[in-house]
Amino acid sequence: MAVLALTLARIRNMYAVVMLTGIYSLLGAALYVILDAVDVAFTEAAVGAGMSTVLMIGTLALTSDREKVVSSAKTRRALFLVAITGAVLIYGTLDMPRYGDPAAPIHHHVVPRYIEESGKEVGLPNVVTSVLASYRGYDTMGEAFVIFTAAAGVLALIGRSRRRRRPDEEEGTGAKASGGGPAS
Amino acid sequence: MMQRKAVIRVTSKLLIPFILLFALYVQWHGDFGPGGGFQAGVIFGAGFILYGLIYGVKQARQVIPAWLTRLVLALGVILYAAVGYVGLFMGGRFLNYSVLASTPTGGQHIGILLVELGVGMTVAAAMITIFFAFAGQEEEEHGAEWD
Repeated sequence: MAVLALTLARIRNMYAVVMLTGIYSLLGAALYVILDAVDVAFTEAAVGAGMSTVLMIGTLALTSDREKVVSSAKTRRALFLVAITGAVLIYGTLDMPRYGDPAAPIHHHVVPRYIEESGKEVGLPNVVTSVLASYRGYDTMGEAFVIFTAAAGVLALIGRSRRRRRPDEEEGTGAKASGGGPAS
Repeated sequence: MMQRKAVIRVTSKLLIPFILLFALYVQWHGDFGPGGGFQAGVIFGAGFILYGLIYGVKQARQVIPAWLTRLVLALGVILYAAVGYVGLFMGGRFLNYSVLASTPTGGQHIGILLVELGVGMTVAAAMITIFFAFAGQEEEEHGAEWD
């Protein structure tokens, strides 16, 4: 994955970048499977490797497939900033418990209760689902609304400009066709 | 232009029903195995996006018109919130499913199933909407279908 990330930073052809990003996501999914997080791996493979690759190709079809190379003081400043942020993040991981450490706080807060009681309280064999949909119902509802908002935002940005551009292109017809009816 | 890709067309036609079926499996089987509404929605959306990629946006829009995806997009979140409110009116707390049926676990089961269905609907519709918003632009600009 590290090799892939470095290659990604060097490559200028955007199609290759998109494809490599997809492979990166797939490797990430494999990593999640190794960590026994099958649900997350599932999502990563479907969204990261599949959906975002398709969407990025769609975006590339609209724009250019070459990256504009800028090399100035600005990029050096950005590199400096990124390096500092990365160093701080790595410093933050130093006092995290070791992977699989049974004394880690995450294994002591609410997790034992979820694992032991959710069978009786919720009655589902998949604890992940009962945590997501029942114990953390508010969070999941928030996520659903985030996705709804994202789609609505895309519609507001792209979906509308398409209709607005049309009367501009055929200026002879005038009349500005029917204001803003949501149906199309 | 479209006729040349016979292999892709035939394979995708064979694959799409199974993709949709798998999405439904992930949707309804999320309680027992990995998966759930979010993953199912993405896979379900991917089935339609594959169709749109190969047959062009216009033809795909005949299968799922724009108003339908927008309706489903909104219905999903409404369903989720409605399940929460039903629990509220039946004497529980917001999004407490235990009161939805005679036994708490039965209520939880119904609640989770409905909520996951809401998530799946919204996610699938969102994916399809976003993809067609992009792909539709592409067609506008070049006046042709994807090739």
